[in-house]
Amino acid sequence: MPELAAELELFSVVLDIGGIPVRLNTGDPVFLRMLQERYEGFLGSSERAEIEFDVDLARGKLADPDADVQVSQTDGRWQLTRGDFHAEWEPLSRRGRIRQSANPYSMDAVLRIVHTLVLARQGGFLVHAASAIRNGRAFLFAGVSGAGKTTISRLAPPHVTLLTDEISYVRKHSNGYTAFGTPFAGELAKVGENVSAEVSALYLLAQGPENLIEPVPAAEATRSLLANILFFAEDDELVRSIFDSAFEFVSRVPVSRLTFVPDSRVWELIG
Amino acid sequence: MSRLYLARNPRVAARALDGEMMIMSGRDSNLFTLNKTATILWQAADGLTPLDEIVGRRICSEFEVEPSVALQDAESLARDLASHEILQLSEHPIPQFNGGVAR
Repeated sequence: MPELAAELELFSVVLDIGGIPVRLNTGDPVFLRMLQERYEGFLGSSERAEIEFDVDLARGKLADPDADVQVSQTDGRWQLTRGDFHAEWEPLSRRGRIRQSANPYSMDAVLRIVHTLVLARQGGFLVHAASAIRNGRAFLFAGVSGAGKTTISRLAPPHVTLLTDEISYVRKHSNGYTAFGTPFAGELAKVGENVSAEVSALYLLAQGPENLIEPVPAAEATRSLLANILFFAEDDELVRSIFDSAFEFVSRVPVSRLTFVPDSRVWELIG
Repeated sequence: MSRLYLARNPRVAARALDGEMMIMSGRDSNLFTLNKTATILWQAADGLTPLDEIVGRRICSEFEVEPSVALQDAESLARDLASHEILQLSEHPIPQFNGGVAR
């Protein structure tokens, strides 16, 4: 029965974002191709994925993707729900299941949430920030929508490697922090490079009449960082981890306010 | 007149930095920065010391304010903090309070 065998065949893709390979299994080759195109540059070859999801595709569209995200944990199993997807993930077994329609946006959201949960336990985080590598060092540019993340990314000189113009991926290591490229793009609509570098500075973005870098007191820096960290889970322990991570980051990485006019000379101040 | 007891909600994360007390809710990740009076209440909220004693010992000594006015303001502030689930309030001591001391 070749038809039946074909129906049962599973297609897999490994997405290597932030050095944490996630395998996605789907029975739909068209959806697989969509994922391969969406996450081009972040496709891993690792046979040993750290997390594995089976993806069930719902026919037609699921409900409202603008509905609030709900992320909670019961008996070691995470439940991730938004109008357009429902996912379950058990960290102990490293396996989970995602139900969504065949679109890349729902998958993007699930991946972001899963990575925030993984990073929270490791002292890292996803943060609303552009990031780029210059001369081997990574710089983060944090701010809410409209603060200038896309603008500063667009103004980067050619030798600067853009990691993301929207959501930066930060992992802790023994002596500091590493920023990784992400496929999570903002208005620039361009995925970052899948490379990483030691974080050298965090700039809090503001647009103004001149290019200026000013020091930021630690309390303000921590508050601003916390305001920009992505976190969705209703979980006391992980909230505490994220909270502590922000304090730790500010104690190790210089934080400044970068006020800039939208022209490329601002990059003369960076690095 | 009944007395009011305050305890820190153990479900929040709290830290002081540069004299600023920051608190993050474990329920919804909301971040709060406490003013000086709220910080005094937070630090004194051991579940066993009634609010009027906290006001008498810590607030009236810090600010030049009438004790009755200070108590009224402090109670209003405490109820506000409780509405954000930062503090727990009770008309009885809260012996089950298990710490959550600010670092």
